[in-house]
Amino acid sequence: MKKLFKISAVSATFLFLFIAPVFGLSEVFKNNIYNPGNLKPVDSVLKVKVGEPAPDFTLPSISGEKVSLSSFKGKKNVVLSFVPAAWTPVCSDQWPGYNIVKEIFDENDAILLGITVDNIPTLFAWTNLMGEKLWFPVLSDFWPHGAVASHYGVLRSEGISERALFIINKNGVISYIKVADINKRPKLESIVSELEKLRNRE
Amino acid sequence: MKNVFRCLVILICLIVSAGLVFATDTQPPAQDGMLPEITLPVPKNSAHQDYLWVTGKTSFTIPQVKAEVVIIEIFSMYCPHCQREAPAVNKLYKKIENNRKLKGRVKLIGIGAGNSDFEVSFFKKKYRIPFPLFSDADFSIHEKLGSVRTPYFIAVRINKDGTHRVFYSKLGAIKDTDQFLNMISGEVKRDE
Repeated sequence: MKKLFKISAVSATFLFLFIAPVFGLSEVFKNNIYNPGNLKPVDSVLKVKVGEPAPDFTLPSISGEKVSLSSFKGKKNVVLSFVPAAWTPVCSDQWPGYNIVKEIFDENDAILLGITVDNIPTLFAWTNLMGEKLWFPVLSDFWPHGAVASHYGVLRSEGISERALFIINKNGVISYIKVADINKRPKLESIVSELEKLRNRE
Repeated sequence: MKNVFRCLVILICLIVSAGLVFATDTQPPAQDGMLPEITLPVPKNSAHQDYLWVTGKTSFTIPQVKAEVVIIEIFSMYCPHCQREAPAVNKLYKKIENNRKLKGRVKLIGIGAGNSDFEVSFFKKKYRIPFPLFSDADFSIHEKLGSVRTPYFIAVRINKDGTHRVFYSKLGAIKDTDQFLNMISGEVKRDE
């Protein structure tokens, strides 16, 4: 029986190694992407709900400034994009796309805040490879580790966050939550249609 | 009996593993090789239909495009290099269209790996891309092409009898468009 288990384990590892990673595919990152393999799609329980006020936070950003969610209240809709970790396949293939859609955010009176639990130097080096300087603030939820992610209920058991989107309206109320499968990039249109809904409601 | 069972288990594991390896470890198209069969929807845009000469159908394969050479760019709107290279690829298209020997004989298309229709159309609008782009939201085409990194360029020679041959298959931007077009011209002339 033990042997059977061993054989299965070896086969499983073998299979796992040969599953080609499809994301993180820009040439720009060359061989600097660490592939963690397929992870449990979702590994946390949300602590906030649509219709509730979004918990406020203040986090340091890679530009050196501190950014508070409450500073956008009454001014902008806010899209929070939590991504699990720098230098991993899907994450490296998400924000560069958001970087070319600034006009969609502008048209809908919205700002994007990118958040990971990585520290500032790591986020700085990683985002520097994403082409032109990112137009949106990149925030570090590193210390106390993952405190904001944990407050929203998107901190996973291995200490990284989910791949999650929260859209917060100008009144500071959560209007949309999407905790995506960590292994897949959510489609851009999910953000766009929600932002347009908010605009039409105004 | 136990041994037979054990051997069977090993055998099944191996077969399944091998099957998956062959299924997922697809290589990019080789130079002088064939393209895997890729079916694309006929574009809604009538100018693009005319460009590819695929009117009156709902879908088509690359060798059905009316051209002697089809250049395929595998891109993603999420790929910084593809964003940066977009104007250069537009220039390549214009050079082909402005070249009397190449216009109508060399066609250019893009396939957005993992990009939805919305994402592809945003990319097309943003960079004013004049040639047809196709979405590949579920990565199915991308996987057939060996899950290449982006941007990746493939050039296919299409023969009059419907057969075809890949003669360029490379990762990364086309650095020298004139040199690239010279090579394409060479292919087009070869059969004259």
